[in-house]
Amino acid sequence: MPDQLLAELREALGPKSVSFGGAAQLLYSRDSSVFPGGQPGPVCFPETTEQVVACVQAAVNHNRSFVPRGAGTGLAGGAIPCDDPVMIVTTRMNKILEVDKQKQFAWVEPGVINLDLSRYLLGTGLHFAPDPSSQQSCTIGGNVANNSGGPHCLAYGVTSAHILAVEVVLPDASVAVFGDPEGPAGGYDLRGAFVGGEGTLGVATRVAVRLTPDPPAVRTMLLDYQDVGTAADTVSAIIGAGIVPAAIEMMDQKVIEVVEKFIKVGYPQDAAAVLIVEVDGLIDGVEHEVERITEIALACGTRTVRVAADEEERARIWKGRKNAFGAIAQVKPGYYLHDTVIPRTKLTEVINKVYETAERYDLLVMNVFHAGDGNLHPLLIFDPQEEGIMDRVLAAGEEIVQTSLDAGGVLSGEHGIGLEKRRFMDRLFSENDLDAQAKLRHTFDPDERANPHKVLPGGSSCAEINHMDKPPEGTWV
Amino acid sequence: MNALEEFRQSVGPHGPVAVVGGRTRWHLGGSIDPQARLITAPQGIEALDPSEMTVSLGAGTPLDMLDEALAEHGQEVALAGPPGATVGGALAVGHDSLRRRRIGSARDVLLQANYVDAQGELIKAGGPTVKNVTGYDLCRLLVGSLGTLGFFGSVILRTRPRPEITMWLSGPTKPECFLTEIYRPATILWDGKQTAVCLEGYQEDVEKQAQKLHALGLETSSDLCPMVLPPHRQRLNGGPLKNGTVADVGSSVLYGPQPAEAPETTPGVQRVVDRLRHQFDPEGRLNPGRNPQRMST
Ligand SMILES: Cc1cc2nc3c(=O)[nH]c(=O)nc-3n(C[C@H](O)[C@H](O)[C@H](O)COP(=O)(O)OP(=O)(O)OC[C@H]3O[C@@H](n4cnc5c(N)ncnc54)[C@H](O)[C@@H]3O)c2cc1C
Ligand SMILES: Cc1cc2nc3c(=O)[nH]c(=O)nc-3n(C[C@H](O)[C@H](O)[C@H](O)COP(=O)(O)OP(=O)(O)OC[C@H]3O[C@@H](n4cnc5c(N)ncnc54)[C@H](O)[C@@H]3O)c2cc1C
Repeated sequence: MPDQLLAELREALGPKSVSFGGAAQLLYSRDSSVFPGGQPGPVCFPETTEQVVACVQAAVNHNRSFVPRGAGTGLAGGAIPCDDPVMIVTTRMNKILEVDKQKQFAWVEPGVINLDLSRYLLGTGLHFAPDPSSQQSCTIGGNVANNSGGPHCLAYGVTSAHILAVEVVLPDASVAVFGDPEGPAGGYDLRGAFVGGEGTLGVATRVAVRLTPDPPAVRTMLLDYQDVGTAADTVSAIIGAGIVPAAIEMMDQKVIEVVEKFIKVGYPQDAAAVLIVEVDGLIDGVEHEVERITEIALACGTRTVRVAADEEERARIWKGRKNAFGAIAQVKPGYYLHDTVIPRTKLTEVINKVYETAERYDLLVMNVFHAGDGNLHPLLIFDPQEEGIMDRVLAAGEEIVQTSLDAGGVLSGEHGIGLEKRRFMDRLFSENDLDAQAKLRHTFDPDERANPHKVLPGGSSCAEINHMDKPPEGTWV
Repeated sequence: MNALEEFRQSVGPHGPVAVVGGRTRWHLGGSIDPQARLITAPQGIEALDPSEMTVSLGAGTPLDMLDEALAEHGQEVALAGPPGATVGGALAVGHDSLRRRRIGSARDVLLQANYVDAQGELIKAGGPTVKNVTGYDLCRLLVGSLGTLGFFGSVILRTRPRPEITMWLSGPTKPECFLTEIYRPATILWDGKQTAVCLEGYQEDVEKQAQKLHALGLETSSDLCPMVLPPHRQRLNGGPLKNGTVADVGSSVLYGPQPAEAPETTPGVQRVVDRLRHQFDPEGRLNPGRNPQRMST
């Protein structure tokens, strides 16, 4: 009985913290992916762990599933409701609870926005390293669930390396803390298993994040190229020389064009590609690395190497990268941002194939991505109103995924599997491999109550958006 | 038949079985049921790709052999152990190197594992690329699981550049006096009277940092740790240090002369642990007797 469920939730959280129907129904039906929305059940805005427990308990009592949700910036359909679930939206759990500067960790609530944590820490000499490009809106809980990355994860590691402990409301409504904020916890690394669980293992209600000391010196370089291949070769050459910069980001000609049109940060407009390379650490080592990278880059055929002279110039170089998605949104209203990882040495080959694929499907593709770790983000731009366009977009996307797998790559580097890539999982894993992953899932959630129909392919699928689980008609398989 | 398939068959689908590495931490987490058959994992480096910064190898490969091969390319992995220790053993134990602050955690080293599960099947977890969120993170679950969830046959590890130089300093200065003066030291040890600090990186950086420490009463000793670490790792729990113990400052790990009790597992975590073991090894045939919850850190 939905009425009873709703009454129970309103009783526990207060009437203003549970919505049903109307605008909320629409708003929480989808995330930032291209997928059409599902059907949310009651949408809850808990403010405490106890209230999250109450939400999960109500779902258990009424044999309903639940879906944790942060800011909804996910790109793999991870927060899309399937099976009329109780939606547990963490945005009101947005307090920074404790910062221990000496032990270098902070306890935060899951709804804290990534950039808000960075701003809060300014001046302490410490920062939270993961910096997804969506950092202005995405939540720490979402970062944990998707094991998110960002430009500076090249040297510092993705989210998992920065999560020390996490308090979780498990799908049976019990609460457990995995990990230890002060150091290595003995026993199984259930913290590590939970991170990247995409909301299918329970709800993170408090997170202890590692704080990283700010580097004393930072240098940001802008390298420009007459062809993408030379840029890719430079990436491999830098890494091959034993230098792991804090970040290496690539943008291709179309992205540069759009960024210069809408943001004007001074990227060379006739370049086929630019690289942003950032190095940090102690000053002598940093200067040394700038020199080495300059030598390597010029030897590879880089046209010019510009080292930001001051903080203002550095900010300008990054501004173009960090706002690229916003600029692209002004070209055409729809985009499908892909996410695969390939061996770095295959960058040129794979990017050329991506261009070929886009051309064959008559689509506009732009590339702005984490080149240093081979994490591709081909961005297909389109107008969703155009007749038959989604079929082409999805078919081209599938081809890009297969090209990455053929090059020895994997399905996702940071956006996760969600609904989007479930159907590709068996291209990378055998049935036994997938069974082993299901064992991890069932360790936390034996009844598959949390965020059903995500990550692992399975017999059943999300009824509301069933067609997403099959290749659209007439597409290449 | 290749070595991995041979290893799979040696695990088989029935009966208690245990995998042995270099036996340098053999008794950690409880003793093995004497009924268990003992087997070893394949040895040898399969592929070393310096520009990808990955290496794939048999889990029975000694850490020394791996380190030697990587040193040729100016690289290393964030695993360490005494002579004889194997890659599989170091992963199964999952302890961070003393140099964690610079080189990262043992939990972040494993990119792909080909392991044999309790049903005797070969399972692939993770993938070969340096960044990957394709599916659940079995690799992190396996690291530190003392072989109770599966036996590593072959693995792909993340490598990193070796530092240009390493310098140890020591002296009677308390760590609090210089913590904010230096940037990312590799290690700080404190035994209640003496501090030992390890700096690594580019020569000029290290020398300048060392000068700051000299001014605070520390002296350069050598490129090897000047302190003898007592053998038993445990959780550091505030209060003054007992005689004969050494604290790894900033990691909450203490090294002591006697084994310590493991911290108690909370009931909430224990329920998940019970389900975990039931899911992965319902009969308890893999490394019977071992329990990672009994490791003290
Ligand atoms: C323009 C743009 C740029 C992006 N750039 C990057 C990037 O550089 N790197 C990157 O990694 N990602 C990027 N993303 C993807 C996305 O922002 C990240 O995955 C982000 O971490 C999601 O956070 P969220 O709060 O929006 O989560 P949501 O979208 O709300 O949820 C994502 C998943 O997390 C689960 N979840 C959320 N909160 C919790 C919780 N408290 N407990 C348990 N599960 C939870 C949900 O069930 C869902 O499966 C980008 C997205 C956009 C739109
Ligand atoms: C003096 C000293 C210093 C150390 N310093 C460090 C350090 O700096 N950094 C660090 O990371 N570690 C350190 N260690 C811990 C070290 O990593 C382990 O002791 C060692 O590597 C274990 O390897 P082994 O081959 O000897 O394993 P063993 O002692 O043979 O076995 C240990 C456990 O691992 C299991 N195991 C072995 N092989 C496999 C396999 N293939 N699959 C699954 N399980 C397996 C065994 O069954 C057993 O439970 C140190 C240890 C000592 C004694």
